[in-house]
Amino acid sequence: MAGTSEWEEGRLSDVDDGDIARLLRAALEGDERAYGDFLHKTAGLIRAWARRRTTFSGLDPEDIVQETLLAIHVKRHTWRSDGPVAPWLYAIARHKLVDALRRQGRHPRIEISEVEGRLAAEEAESVRDWEIGRALETLTPGQRSVVTAISVEGRTIAEAARSLEMNETAVRVALHRGLAAIARRFGRD
Amino acid sequence: METDELIKALAADTRRSGISMAGAWSGAGLAAVAVAAVVFFALLGARPDIADAAQTVRFLFKFVVTTALAASAFGLLHILSRPDADVRRSLPRLVVAPALLVAGVVAEIVVSLPGTWSAQLVGTNSLVCLTYIPLIGIGPLVLLLLALRHGAPSYPSLAGAMAGLAAGGIAATFYAAHCTDDSPLFVATWYTIAIAALTLLGAIGARRFVRW
Repeated sequence: MAGTSEWEEGRLSDVDDGDIARLLRAALEGDERAYGDFLHKTAGLIRAWARRRTTFSGLDPEDIVQETLLAIHVKRHTWRSDGPVAPWLYAIARHKLVDALRRQGRHPRIEISEVEGRLAAEEAESVRDWEIGRALETLTPGQRSVVTAISVEGRTIAEAARSLEMNETAVRVALHRGLAAIARRFGRD
Repeated sequence: METDELIKALAADTRRSGISMAGAWSGAGLAAVAVAAVVFFALLGARPDIADAAQTVRFLFKFVVTTALAASAFGLLHILSRPDADVRRSLPRLVVAPALLVAGVVAEIVVSLPGTWSAQLVGTNSLVCLTYIPLIGIGPLVLLLLALRHGAPSYPSLAGAMAGLAAGGIAATFYAAHCTDDSPLFVATWYTIAIAALTLLGAIGARRFVRW
C-alpha cells in the first residue's frame, strides 16, 4: 500500500528502476558481481531515504540501511521479477524503519546527552559499531568467523575456506546460515 | 561492520533464499487441502444421504459460498505475502463470498415461511459445526502461516487473518459435505462464527510467528 505522497520522495525514474531491476534479475540468476552492484545502488537509495526519516529519532540511518539490505537479501524471492523494484525496496525499508522505531521506543538506549556526544564525535570518528555488529556477536563461533572473514576481512569463499581450514561448501553454508540468523535477530524484540 | 563489508558478505552468499513464493503457495495450498481432507474423513465423513442432497440447491449453494471464500482469501493471502502488496486494490475481492451468502439468506427468507426461520437458523448441528470447522481448519492454518513466514508481509496481522479465512473456507467446504443443515440462515450464522474464530487465530498467530 504505497501511498503516493510518501513514496514520491524516494522514487526512481523508470529508467533507473529498469537499471536496478536488470541488476537484480541478473543477480537472482547467480551473477555475483551484478548482485554487489545492485546492493551498492540500493544502499545509496535507502541511505538517502532513511536520513530524512531518522532525524531526531536517535536512530542511526546506517542501521536502517544495513537491516534493510539484510532483509532484501533473505527475502529476495518475494520480488516479482516482472515488476518494478523500487516499490518493493522501499516497502522493505519502511518495514525495517518502523521496526527500529518500535524497538527504540521500547528500550530507549540512547540519552539525549549521548546523542549530542555522538553527533560531535561522528565527525572525527571513523569506526562506529552498528546494530549488526552486536548481532554478529550472537552467532555461533564458526558462523561468526566465516561472516567476519568474508565481510570485514574481505576474503573470497576460497580464501576463507583456506584460512579457516574448512571446505568451501561448509563455508557457504555457514555464511548463509549466519546471515539468516542475523536477519532473524532484527525481526525480534 | 561497515555497510560495504556487509555487502561483500551478502554478495558472496549465493545460496538461494528458498523456493519461490509461487512454489511456496501452491505447495501450501495443496497440502492444506490434503490435511483438511484427512482430518475430515478420519473424524466426520460425508453425510449418508449425500447423493440425494446433491440434488438440492441449498446443499450445493453451501459449496458455492465456501469455495468462493477459500479461493478469494487464498488469492489475497498470496498478494499480501509480498512487502509491496497493494492492499487497497486487492481487498475488495473479499466481498464475493459474503455477498453470495447475503443473496442466499435473502432468497431463503423470500421462499420459506417466516415461522420456519428460527428453526432453520438454529438447526441441529450448531455445536458440531463450531467444533469441527476449527478442528479441520487448524492444520491448514498452520501450513498457510508457514508459507506466509517464507514471505515478507508488510501487514502480518492482516495477512494472518487472511490465512485464517482461507483455512476456514477450506474447512467449511469439507464440513458442508457432512452437515445436514443446508439453509443459508444456518450457514450465515454458525459457519461465520467458526470461520471468524480461525481468522482471529490466524491474525494472532501471524503477529507472533511471522516476523521478518
